[in-house]
Amino acid sequence: MSLFAVTRATLAKDLRLEWRSKDAINSMLFFALLVVVVFSFSFDPNAEESRRIAGGLIWVAFLFAAVVALNQTWARELRNQVLDAYRVSPAPANSLFMAKALGNFVFVVVLEALMTPLFIMFYQLRALGPAWQLIPVAALGTWALVVNGTFFAAMSIRTRSREIMLPLLLFPFSIPALLAMVNATTAILTGELSARFWIVLLATYDVVFTIACLLLFESVLQAE
Amino acid sequence: MKRAFPILVFLVVAFLGYAAYQALVIAPTEQTMGNVQRIFYYHVPSAWTAFLLFSINFIASVTYLIRRNPSADAIALVSAEVGVVFCTVVLVTGPLWARPVWGIWWTWDVRLTSTLVLWLIYLSYLMLRRFSTSGQTPVLAAALAIFGALDVPLVYFSIWIFRTQHPQPVIGGGGSIDPRMMHVLLINWFAFLWLAALLCWSRYRLEYMRRELEETQALEALLEPRSSL
Repeated sequence: MSLFAVTRATLAKDLRLEWRSKDAINSMLFFALLVVVVFSFSFDPNAEESRRIAGGLIWVAFLFAAVVALNQTWARELRNQVLDAYRVSPAPANSLFMAKALGNFVFVVVLEALMTPLFIMFYQLRALGPAWQLIPVAALGTWALVVNGTFFAAMSIRTRSREIMLPLLLFPFSIPALLAMVNATTAILTGELSARFWIVLLATYDVVFTIACLLLFESVLQAE
Repeated sequence: MKRAFPILVFLVVAFLGYAAYQALVIAPTEQTMGNVQRIFYYHVPSAWTAFLLFSINFIASVTYLIRRNPSADAIALVSAEVGVVFCTVVLVTGPLWARPVWGIWWTWDVRLTSTLVLWLIYLSYLMLRRFSTSGQTPVLAAALAIFGALDVPLVYFSIWIFRTQHPQPVIGGGGSIDPRMMHVLLINWFAFLWLAALLCWSRYRLEYMRRELEETQALEALLEPRSSL
């Protein structure tokens, strides 16, 4: 089977599984909702303040919620030794990785689409800069989180206390991406600065780490 | 080897003592900062040593992924551990100096933040090594080390656009320094390099023995007759 066919088959399987169980999306949504409410209570910001802190709040909420989905990525494949079957199958390792990363991307984008209206409502947000730029920021930022997250989840699945291990690996490595997402969002919301530099940085981060993941995933999958 | 170790320890301690004497007594007092500036002779050599060790870690990790050579993995582990120790020294001496000179303990400046993130990345590397099951550790750790090396320039550039408050680097940064100070700085750096080499060497031997012991135990477990059967 070709790389593309395996990717499509695995992605379709994961999306169907999620559609039927809704495990990841439900837990992510509830988690992100809790973060929004708790932050809103603890800071109680007015419209001007919230414009300034919303970029940080939104992305921290999404980062925490994404970890919930990322942890389930490979854990699902441990049951019935599915991961071992993948290892011995002739299917290319990278297509498996791409399918998992794309699946997580879809989950997190759905989460963002559902949570953004809530954020706007609770924090009375209105962008003073070019709001359309939030779309590339969200797309590139989400990919930055899930591509490394999927890779690190494949690592943490091999460790003791794996649920704890993923954020310990993902957060330090995501600092430049997180900084770029937060600053780009804040720049767009306040309309004071241009977000272009941060968008370019996010794109660079995505390209560098997507290539690194694809080059190294096979050795990680086959590590014994 | 056992006999060489105490001699080396003695030599390194003597060298460190000489370097401390140079830093605390011989080096000229800085005009504006006074004696506070002398922490510089510990801060900067530690930073250079830490960065050198992290580079060694990266090279050893790449070597391991290509050659699958167990000693490359041991070198990667050792250099990361000792590097984190020196990086911690940098992060502790920095604020100690900054408080009297800048009036603040910490600022989110590019050098400070990058060093902190570097430290966090290598801590997560050591955490991964600690928590992963032994057979797979080397490959996972080597892959993570490569991710770290890719991340560091991105960290640096992402923080770069904020105004930088840290003094310019003394070499290649256009900053000027008294040649006598430079002399003391280099003496201290060599002393620190010797200390780092000694730490790495003894830690490497420890790691080597630990692995041999593990192998022997695994072999013994295989050879033991199963009494329960």
